[in-house]
Amino acid sequence: MVPIAYYLVLSAVLFSIGVAAFLIKRNIITVFMSIELMLNAVNLAFIAFSRQWSQTTGHLQVNGQIFVFFVMVVAAAEAAVGLAIIIAVFRARNTLNVDQIDLMKL
Amino acid sequence: MHLALFIIFAGLCVAGALNLLLQRHPINSALSLIVVMSSLAVLYLLLGAEFLAAAQVIVYSGAIMVLFTFVIMLLNAGKEERTHGSRLAYIAGFPGAAALLGLLTYIFLSHSATFGQARLGEYLATTDDISRVLFRDLLLPFEVTSVLILIAILGAVALARKEH
Repeated sequence: MVPIAYYLVLSAVLFSIGVAAFLIKRNIITVFMSIELMLNAVNLAFIAFSRQWSQTTGHLQVNGQIFVFFVMVVAAAEAAVGLAIIIAVFRARNTLNVDQIDLMKL
Repeated sequence: MHLALFIIFAGLCVAGALNLLLQRHPINSALSLIVVMSSLAVLYLLLGAEFLAAAQVIVYSGAIMVLFTFVIMLLNAGKEERTHGSRLAYIAGFPGAAALLGLLTYIFLSHSATFGQARLGEYLATTDDISRVLFRDLLLPFEVTSVLILIAILGAVALARKEH
């Protein structure tokens, strides 16, 4: 038996590591990967809450798992478009460093 | 048994995420992200979400991460140079993230009794249960996501195309 709170704490830890990686990393692909890490942390929280809701009501509830299903679909679409944008940026600027992609910076 | 499996795979998750943070070569970060996603699939299985565990392995550690490694190799990404990012990120970002972690951990652990305990093998959501909800109550959102995927494919092709 594992308390569901442990799963939620793990999800919070993964999300915070994702936020830290998003701030530290200078490579645009790694920044994008830390976004995926944060999405995965949220998915874990959704599944843990879905399990808790099942236990509270006494019978199986899959609403939280449906949420995760849709998050996965949107994440797949987002990864395809995002990586295409990264390829386009690399073609135009010939760098992957986010500090050098500052055309819109004041 | 459940606790041992949870500790092993939660440890793998956190170790993989920290490795993603500390490695300087993007391909190492991508491989450690695959470790995180695969161990998350085991955790989904422990929580009784068997369909999503399979989908996690196929979609995330399969399709999405293959796309990532492919792009890293295509662009021949080398080691990232450590430059200093924006100062705002260091002043507000890290204390903010640490405060968020501390607050969430405090709330989850202090309300641990109301969340209850997860027992292995209870409330197993089979593919049958998920598809019953997905194709009966949520058919329209499901069909709309197929349009979304189609638009994403077209957008990816249009964005990554070489311009003449």
